[in-house]
Amino acid sequence: MTTWRQRLIPYILGLPSTFWLTVFFAVPMISVLSVSLMTGNPEQGYSLTWHFGTFWDGLKTYNTQFIRSFEYGAISTVAALVIGYPIAYFIAFRGGRHKSTLLFIILLPFLVSYVIRMLAWNFLLADQGAILGTLKNIGILPQSARVLSTPLAVITGLTYDAIPYMVLPVYVALEKIDRRVIRAAGDLYASPSKAFMRIVLPLSSAGIFAGFLLVFVTNVGDYVAATILGGPGTTMIGNVIETSYLEDLNYPTAAALSSILMIVLLVVIFLYARTFGTEAVEEAVA
Amino acid sequence: MQTPDDVSAAAAPAGAAAASGAQPPLDPALLRGLTQARHTRRRFLRGAGLGGGALATSALLSACGIKGTQASGATPAFDWTAWWSRQKQHGVLNFANWPLYIDTDHGKHPSLEQFTAKTGIKVNYYEVIQDNAPFYAQVSPTLRAGQPIGYDIIVMTDNDWTTIELFRVNRWATPLEHGLIPNFFINATPLARNRSVDPGNEFTIPWQSGFTGIAYDPTKIKREINSVHDLWDPAFKGHVGMMSDNTELGSVGLLALGIDPATSTRADWKKAATLLTKQRKQGIVRQYYDQSYIKALENGDIWITQAWSGDIFQANNSGYPHLKFVVPNEGMMVWTDVMMVPLHAQNPVDAMEWMNFYYEPKIGAEVADWVDYVTPVGNTQPILKKSDPSVGNSPLVFPTTAMDDKVRQYYSYKDYDDFNAWNNVFNPIIQS
Repeated sequence: MTTWRQRLIPYILGLPSTFWLTVFFAVPMISVLSVSLMTGNPEQGYSLTWHFGTFWDGLKTYNTQFIRSFEYGAISTVAALVIGYPIAYFIAFRGGRHKSTLLFIILLPFLVSYVIRMLAWNFLLADQGAILGTLKNIGILPQSARVLSTPLAVITGLTYDAIPYMVLPVYVALEKIDRRVIRAAGDLYASPSKAFMRIVLPLSSAGIFAGFLLVFVTNVGDYVAATILGGPGTTMIGNVIETSYLEDLNYPTAAALSSILMIVLLVVIFLYARTFGTEAVEEAVA
Repeated sequence: MQTPDDVSAAAAPAGAAAASGAQPPLDPALLRGLTQARHTRRRFLRGAGLGGGALATSALLSACGIKGTQASGATPAFDWTAWWSRQKQHGVLNFANWPLYIDTDHGKHPSLEQFTAKTGIKVNYYEVIQDNAPFYAQVSPTLRAGQPIGYDIIVMTDNDWTTIELFRVNRWATPLEHGLIPNFFINATPLARNRSVDPGNEFTIPWQSGFTGIAYDPTKIKREINSVHDLWDPAFKGHVGMMSDNTELGSVGLLALGIDPATSTRADWKKAATLLTKQRKQGIVRQYYDQSYIKALENGDIWITQAWSGDIFQANNSGYPHLKFVVPNEGMMVWTDVMMVPLHAQNPVDAMEWMNFYYEPKIGAEVADWVDYVTPVGNTQPILKKSDPSVGNSPLVFPTTAMDDKVRQYYSYKDYDDFNAWNNVFNPIIQS
C-alpha cells in the first residue's frame, strides 16, 4: 500500500505541469505537424497522406523569405541589444531612486497596441513626414530619398518594438550582480573596461540570453512590421504564412511553413544555448 | 537555512494527523521521494510527455483530416418554395455588415430606424465584417455544422473566393424569395442586376458597388493620365502604388494586356504576371497596398496608384480636393458587395423585408449619401441632386454612361483549384 502511494504521489504532483504541456504545447504542435502532412482542398477536405512534399515545395518557393526573416530577426536582435544594453546598464547602476520611474518609461509603449505603434512609424517615416520632410527641406537629404518600403524601415520597426523586451531581462541580470565583486575587480587593478568585460558582461549573460529568446524568436516570425513599413522585396515568412492560411485557405502549406520555422528556430536556440552553456539558460528560464 | 529533510520532519506529523488518526505516520522515504527524487520526477515527466504525446497522436490520427465543405449545405432538390411559404415574420433582424458602411448620425442609423418605424422589425446591426476571408473563416465551422450563425443578413464581396465558396460551392446561403423583394426588380440598376457571379440574383443582391481605376496626384504628375500603362511609366519609379489584393493586381495586369479579366485563361494570367513582375523588378512599384494606399497618396509617398472610387471621393471631400480618379481607356474593374441570407438564418422573412425596403429610392439615396460608393438602387440620383448636389453630381457615385462602357467584371473562380492556380500565379509577385 505504502509503496504504491509512494510511487503515485510524484505523478499526481506532476499532473498540472503535464496537463499544461500537453494541452498548450504538445497537442498544438502535433496538430500543426499533422496538418502539414495532409493533402486536399477546403472543398473536398484535407486528409493525412504523409505528403512530405509540401515541406520541400515550401522551402523551394519561399527560401528567400525564410533567409530574409532570419536576417531581419538577427539584425534587429543585435541592434536592440546594442541600444538596450546601455539603457539597462544605466538604469541598474546609475538609476538610483529613479529606477522604477525609468523602468516605467521603458514599459510605457506597451500601453499602446503594437499595430498602432507601427502605424505611427509609418507616419513618422513618410516621404514628406516629420523626419524625412524636414531633412529634405533643409537640404540634407535629396528629394527622392525614402525610408518606407525599404528593409531599413522594417528592421527599424522590429528593433524599436524589441528594445523593452531586451532591456527588462538584461536589467534584471545586471541588478542581481553583487556590487562588491565589481569593487573587488577595481581593488585588483582591473581597469573599468576590463572589469566590465571580465565581470559584468559574463554575469549578465543570462539576461542577454533571455532577451535574445524573447526578441529573436518573436521578430523572425513577425509580419506586422513588414506589412505596414515594408514594400516589394521585404516580405517575411510570417506574411507568407498569414496569406496562405487566411486568404488562400491553403492549410497544409501554412502548417508546413510554420513547422519549418519552428524547427529552425529550435535548432538556433539549441546551438546558442550550447555555446553559452546550459547554466545560463537555466538561470534565464528561472 | 532548512534542509528539505527538516521540512519533511516538521510536516510529517501534521500531514499524518490530517489524513486520519488511525494511520501510521508517513514513511520518511516517501517524503524524501517528494522532495529529493529529482531523477524520478524527470523520468516521470519524460514518460508522461511520451505517453501524452502518443495518446494525443493516436487521437489525432484516428480523427485525422479536415472535413471538406463542398455541398455541405442545402441539397439541390430541397423545395425552397414550400420552405418560404412556411416562414413568418418575427419582428427581429440581425444584420452583419462592414464598419462605416451605412448612414450614421450620432451613433444611430436613420435608415434602419425608419425601417423599424415602418415595419415594426427591430434591427440589431453588427459591424463585424472586416474582410471576406477572415469572416468566412469565422462562420464556416458553424455553417459546416448546420447551425445558425446568428445573422440573418451578411454582406460580402460577390467575386471574392470565400463568397463564391459560401453560396455556390458549399450551398450555405438561402435562395432569395423574389416575391418578397418587388422593389429590387423595379429599382435596381442594370449594373446591379447583371452580375456574372450570380446571374438572376438567386442568392445575392447588391449592397454597394465601386470601381477600381487609377488615382493620381496632379501636383506631382504634370501630364494627363488615361491608361493603365501609366502605372508602368519609369518616370514614376518608386512612386507607383499597386494593390496587395491579388484579384485586383492580376486584373489590372490583364487589362494592360488588353484582355477582359472575366473571360481570361490561365495562359493569360501567366502573361499578366510576367508584365507585373517586370514592373516590380524595375523598381517602379513602391509597395503593394491594402486600403492604406489612400494615405500614401495623400501624404505624397505615391503619385499614381490603383484606387477605389469611393476612397477618392471621400479624400476629395476631406482635405485632398486635388486628387484625381481616372477611368483608364483599357477599362476599370467593378466590384459589388452583396447581401445574402445565410442558411439556417432565423429571421429570413425579416431579412427580405429589409432588402425590399433598402431598394426604395429614398432609402438607397440616404445610404449612398453617406457611404459615397456606387449605389445599386436606381432613381436615387434625382433625389441626391436636390438634397446633396456634391454627391448627386459626382461621377464616382453615379457613373456616366460613358463610364458604363468601360466597366469590366472580375474573373469568377470555378472551384478551389482554379482559385489556387490564380494565387500561384499572382502571389509570388506581391510576396517577393
